[in-house]
Amino acid sequence: MEATIEVAGLRKRFGRVVALDGMSFTVTPGRVTGLVGPGGAGKSTTMRVILGLDAADGGSALVGGRPYRSLRDPLGHVGASLEAGALQPGRTGRDHLLWLARSHGLTAGRVDEVAELAGLGEAARRRAGGYSPDLRQRLGVAAALLGDPPVLMFDEPFDGLDPGGAGWLRGLLRSLAAEGRAVLVSGRLMGGLQDTADHLVVAGRGRVVADIGVAELIEAASGGRVAVRTTARPEAMTALAGAGAAVAVTGRDTLVVSGMTAERVRALLTADAVPFSEVRAYRATLEEAWMDLTRDTAEPGGGAESGAGVPAEAAGGAAAGREGAR
Amino acid sequence: MSTGTATPYRSPLRTGRGGFVRLLRAEWTKFRTVRGWVLGTGAAALVTVLLGLLLASGNRSVCGNGVTEIPCPVPPTGPGGEAVDDKFYFVYRQLTGDGSVTVRVTSMTGQIRLPDETPGVRNVVPGVVPWAKAGVVVKAGGEQGSPYAAVMVTGEHGVRMQHDFTHDTAGRPGGVSRESPRWLRLTRTGDTLTGYESADGVKWTAVGTARPARLPDTVRIGMFAASPGHLTVSDGFGSPSAERFAEVTAVFDRVALEGAVTGGWNRHDVGVTVGPDGAPHHPGGLVESGGTFTVTGVGDIAPLTEGARIETPLTGAVIGLIIVIVVAATFATAEYRRGMIRTTLLASPRRGRVPAAKAVVAGAAAFAAGLAAAGILVPLGPRILRGGGTPVLPVSTLTELRVVAGCAALFAATAVLALALGVLFRRGVAAVTAAVVLIVVPYVLAATAALPAGAAQWLLRLTPAAAFSALQSIPRYPQVLGDYAPASGYYPLAPWAGLAVLCGYAAPALGLAVRALNRRDA
Repeated sequence: MEATIEVAGLRKRFGRVVALDGMSFTVTPGRVTGLVGPGGAGKSTTMRVILGLDAADGGSALVGGRPYRSLRDPLGHVGASLEAGALQPGRTGRDHLLWLARSHGLTAGRVDEVAELAGLGEAARRRAGGYSPDLRQRLGVAAALLGDPPVLMFDEPFDGLDPGGAGWLRGLLRSLAAEGRAVLVSGRLMGGLQDTADHLVVAGRGRVVADIGVAELIEAASGGRVAVRTTARPEAMTALAGAGAAVAVTGRDTLVVSGMTAERVRALLTADAVPFSEVRAYRATLEEAWMDLTRDTAEPGGGAESGAGVPAEAAGGAAAGREGAR
Repeated sequence: MSTGTATPYRSPLRTGRGGFVRLLRAEWTKFRTVRGWVLGTGAAALVTVLLGLLLASGNRSVCGNGVTEIPCPVPPTGPGGEAVDDKFYFVYRQLTGDGSVTVRVTSMTGQIRLPDETPGVRNVVPGVVPWAKAGVVVKAGGEQGSPYAAVMVTGEHGVRMQHDFTHDTAGRPGGVSRESPRWLRLTRTGDTLTGYESADGVKWTAVGTARPARLPDTVRIGMFAASPGHLTVSDGFGSPSAERFAEVTAVFDRVALEGAVTGGWNRHDVGVTVGPDGAPHHPGGLVESGGTFTVTGVGDIAPLTEGARIETPLTGAVIGLIIVIVVAATFATAEYRRGMIRTTLLASPRRGRVPAAKAVVAGAAAFAAGLAAAGILVPLGPRILRGGGTPVLPVSTLTELRVVAGCAALFAATAVLALALGVLFRRGVAAVTAAVVLIVVPYVLAATAALPAGAAQWLLRLTPAAAFSALQSIPRYPQVLGDYAPASGYYPLAPWAGLAVLCGYAAPALGLAVRALNRRDA
């Protein structure tokens, strides 16, 4: 089976609320794909539709080319952790994994293996009702890994994880992807995914706003700008602005220059005898890129995350603007 | 960073196909790993047993004979092992080998004691109760409960041929009078007895044949009369019933015996009770004059239908059943309480199998509880009751096993219904309430006689509570007028028919649960 998730034109309404409005994307093996967007963007609904829990009103969602509900040993194909709290409080974590294992003829040995892998430790033999949010997430991850599947899906896995747990999960997700698995992780971008995802599917109002690699996104946000470090900031600004560049101050002795190549900046500063210690291509942070992507529609008082709830055209427009500036 | 062109992952782990047996194992693992469900199942059995033992040991019976207390007499048992009434006035001779008796019945009268109209004044009126009987009989011996076959006229049920207490065959309807007498004949050929009737003693019609158990070579052959008490059952609340004294007097003539008959006529007031003064209580009698025999009798030759039964201690099963309902319903609704149903459906995307597997597990657990409870109480309860002086109507081992299996099946089918309601309603309180309203409430209303008997009968035909009939060990006999009310332990449906009614609820409910699960978003 191919380790892909293909979502095409999903539509879903809950009463009068449109949850999915033509959601389309593909998750390929070998990388971590972040499904990001604000609450209500349709991330969880998309995951539930992929897993055959919710029926879509239109469109298709295939795992390895097949609908989830046609899989005969689903846990061997797809591992998923949707709600960390969906546990019987009186049952131990190990027993929770055990009944899942029994449904696929897996052994208790495999249960102990994934419990160990998820770092449940002694807690595996305690009742799940007393679990911390961190332990609940770890149990969810263990359950997803039980069948050693080539496709993995996690809904908000960083929610409730301890800082140590978040670091562990980032490493785990990356290593799972490196093994050639398709890994789809939903969440807020700055909530752990920033150092994990290779590829982003940005959802807003039930559809895909942007489908872009993290490297490309940063590239685009960097926009061909030039970073300058100089002890003579005013002189440098005069020299560069005089030559037609847009200059922004980013620190006491740092500037970011748009509309000019690094060579031209270096030449201008040298010509005017302005001292500088560094002139290099500017590299935006993912956070900056994210702000950039969503800036135009960010609601007043809302964070960058809520800005993603924009129609695709608006975000497309922002991207086009960057193209022009380059 | 890796790219999308990496080699797709291949697991070295071998997962099996998620077959139904595996799903069963998964659901069983779920069930056994939640302490409440395991303890609840045990408690269902334990509560049933403890209530039964309490009921049995708290039941002390003494009977009165006049003003003195005596241990309650143990009723005689018939050839089939059932408790019987065997009380009648017998006028007989000894017959060895084949032979026959022929009589003409010219009159059947009697008296009945009705409820006193003036307190303290006996209100006795002439009349014959419907199952008063008089006729000819061949009986193995003098002891109560011994095998027999008889042809008789009855108060209101025409000519009958009966044998060994539980068997009854109808002949021509109608009563007897001087103008319209009835001829009766009973013939023994080997082990087979054949009954005949005739209006004129010339043209005979066979009523039936019988092969009573263990009929010796020499038997008693002759005439008898017996009259069960006059039963009044009011269809009011509580359906109180009362039985009062009644006796019948039949006049026989043209008496003819064939075969190797020895000795003269003997008379035997079979099973007559002797009062504290040593005199028989309500004796029968014979007046013989010129070949005319006037025989008066009290009592009945019939299976006993009243008294404690082997399922009497199982009354507590209804409480155990409530626990079974709670366990089975929450086994389903716990999935919804915290969204675990989604994990369940991820492991089993073929959704219809999930309620099916859960039903098998919950049903099996309840079956075990019912089997354990009845398996202990059915042998033990009657022993304790008898120890406390309460006679228990005996039944065959097969019937005991049937009651035990019936209790287990009642528990199992109830669990399946409660589970299906749990999947349908998704809320524990709603599911438990619905199941209790469907099964427990109708049973309690009917069994405690809170309703008129007629209404109670219909409840026990139409609601899932009909399945309590699986516990009934003593059948109702058409040839015995009795208080066959649900409050007395008689259900309108046969055991398996009652269970079928419950299954008739549980199976469609499970079907609806499957349909709902298939249609709903999880």
